[in-house]
Amino acid sequence: MKKVDVKVCMGTTCFVMGSSNLQKLIDVVPRKFKDNVEVSGMACLGMCSSSGEYSKAPYVKVNDVVVQEATIDKVVEEIERQLNEH
Amino acid sequence: MSTNSIHLKKEILVRIVKAFFSENFEKQARLIPYDMRPKGAEVPFRCCIYKERAILKDRVIAGLGFAIEDDDETVSLSEYAEKSLERKEPEKNPLTVLGAACKACVPKRIHVTDLCQGCVARPCVSTCKFGAIEIVNGHSVIDSTKCKACKMCINACPYNAIVKVAVPCEDNCPVNAIEKNEDGTAKIDFDKCISCGRCVSKCPFGAVHEKSQLIEVLKLLKAEKELTLMFAPAVVGQFPGTIGQLKSAMKKVGFTHVYEVAQGADVTIKNEAKELEERLEEGQDFMTTSCCAGYNQFTKKHLPEIEQYKSDTKTPMYYTAEIAKKEHPNAINIFVSPCVAKKQEAFENENVDYVLNTAELGALFIGLQIEIANCEDEEIENEPSKQGRNFPVSGGVAEAVKFRANCEVCPSVINGLNKDSIRLLKKYAQNGKCDDGNLVEVMCCDGGCIGGNATIADERTAKKLIKTILDNSKDIEKEETKENATKQ
Repeated sequence: MKKVDVKVCMGTTCFVMGSSNLQKLIDVVPRKFKDNVEVSGMACLGMCSSSGEYSKAPYVKVNDVVVQEATIDKVVEEIERQLNEH
Repeated sequence: MSTNSIHLKKEILVRIVKAFFSENFEKQARLIPYDMRPKGAEVPFRCCIYKERAILKDRVIAGLGFAIEDDDETVSLSEYAEKSLERKEPEKNPLTVLGAACKACVPKRIHVTDLCQGCVARPCVSTCKFGAIEIVNGHSVIDSTKCKACKMCINACPYNAIVKVAVPCEDNCPVNAIEKNEDGTAKIDFDKCISCGRCVSKCPFGAVHEKSQLIEVLKLLKAEKELTLMFAPAVVGQFPGTIGQLKSAMKKVGFTHVYEVAQGADVTIKNEAKELEERLEEGQDFMTTSCCAGYNQFTKKHLPEIEQYKSDTKTPMYYTAEIAKKEHPNAINIFVSPCVAKKQEAFENENVDYVLNTAELGALFIGLQIEIANCEDEEIENEPSKQGRNFPVSGGVAEAVKFRANCEVCPSVINGLNKDSIRLLKKYAQNGKCDDGNLVEVMCCDGGCIGGNATIADERTAKKLIKTILDNSKDIEKEETKENATKQ
């Protein structure tokens, strides 16, 4: 089965705009998908620095797909989409 | 229900910071609603883009530090921006309600849903003491002019067909200070309001705003004044990085001196432990804590009879401001925490000039592009104790006093001020006795200060971050036992 690698941006902008509330992703999601999914918190991924883009924070990367204004639901949806692709 | 500051509110604060440091503050402030909802943009929340922008404008007005209620819609944001620069001091009454956002929520009422089976027994009709329920076309209907919202019919209906339509701000205000008036807009009665901020965090529309003092602070930063920033222990759980990095980041913003308010919490612990011993020795049955700004206003306005049982010890903010003023007498003192009640406390403290909340501090970091993880992990002087740093977590204050005190302390914790906990406090005050313990810790917010109205991180994350810091902090020294004290 395909592996999914999830990176939650924990840079200051993402943290303030909401990634502080994505801790549950790290705690719960790998268990739910039985280790097909790996989730980790990352230092600033650099996606917020271009002008105006802070408003789309927090950012989460699911493999190569960037999820903007990430919420737990949005990220889980993207994980499921990628797992079902194959 | 999430109690965190919503995304929109935080985005507006960042935009205000960016506008302030741009070449034309007034123009950029005026454009905020258009930048957020440009022509042709998606309309995520309201009926049309014009209403979206109108509501965003109101949010900017609060962000600039004005009351939304006073706005007559003819004044542009550029004029507000100009006025905010000229303002001599922040407005009193730290809360303001955004009427247009608020109207989306229906007034509190009891409602019969279509689950009503039109049964023969009609227990709703017979339990209603006010004759407010009639049967129309075989179904129960409530006459709102007669209904007193006693909820007897809700309990009586065997089909669970009757529900209470909630108004979250009213339901969560512990002192009935906010109410929807006839036109459907909530209004705050400032004679009753204790600025606890529960309405701010519980309103799902984000309709209650703090009147921000951000502009005052931005003006001082731009003028490169000597500034002291005092950050509450709850601020630690709201940002990534170590305390040393956080302090460097604050200095990078432009604050000259930075103090951990946990330092003042250590003074509070020592004084409160001593006071508790004395009071118990004098025969008093219990004492309540006195560090929650919302609780302090609550006792003053609504339960003066408990004040004699409340500790006379001052808050951590008070002691920290005193220390800071002594060490840097010419600096302007700014306090930051997730709590709006502290604004009210600061109005009454000559050593605290301005108050920011954690979301506003976050906006400063984002607006000035300061990455905490890249800031130097500076060394901490005058390191506060583990117990002082644990103040913002419900139970932390009582635990700290218990650890320090030289007597038997039995804590009883009020985790969130609501109608039930107020009933308890009233009982303690009336009887002069508390069966649940001899030290009653009172926190207005659920979870303690980490559940404050302007928090960024949820409780779970904040607790985890604080715990990491606590694991590397030293215990406060215990009070000398009496025998040792007399020997010396």
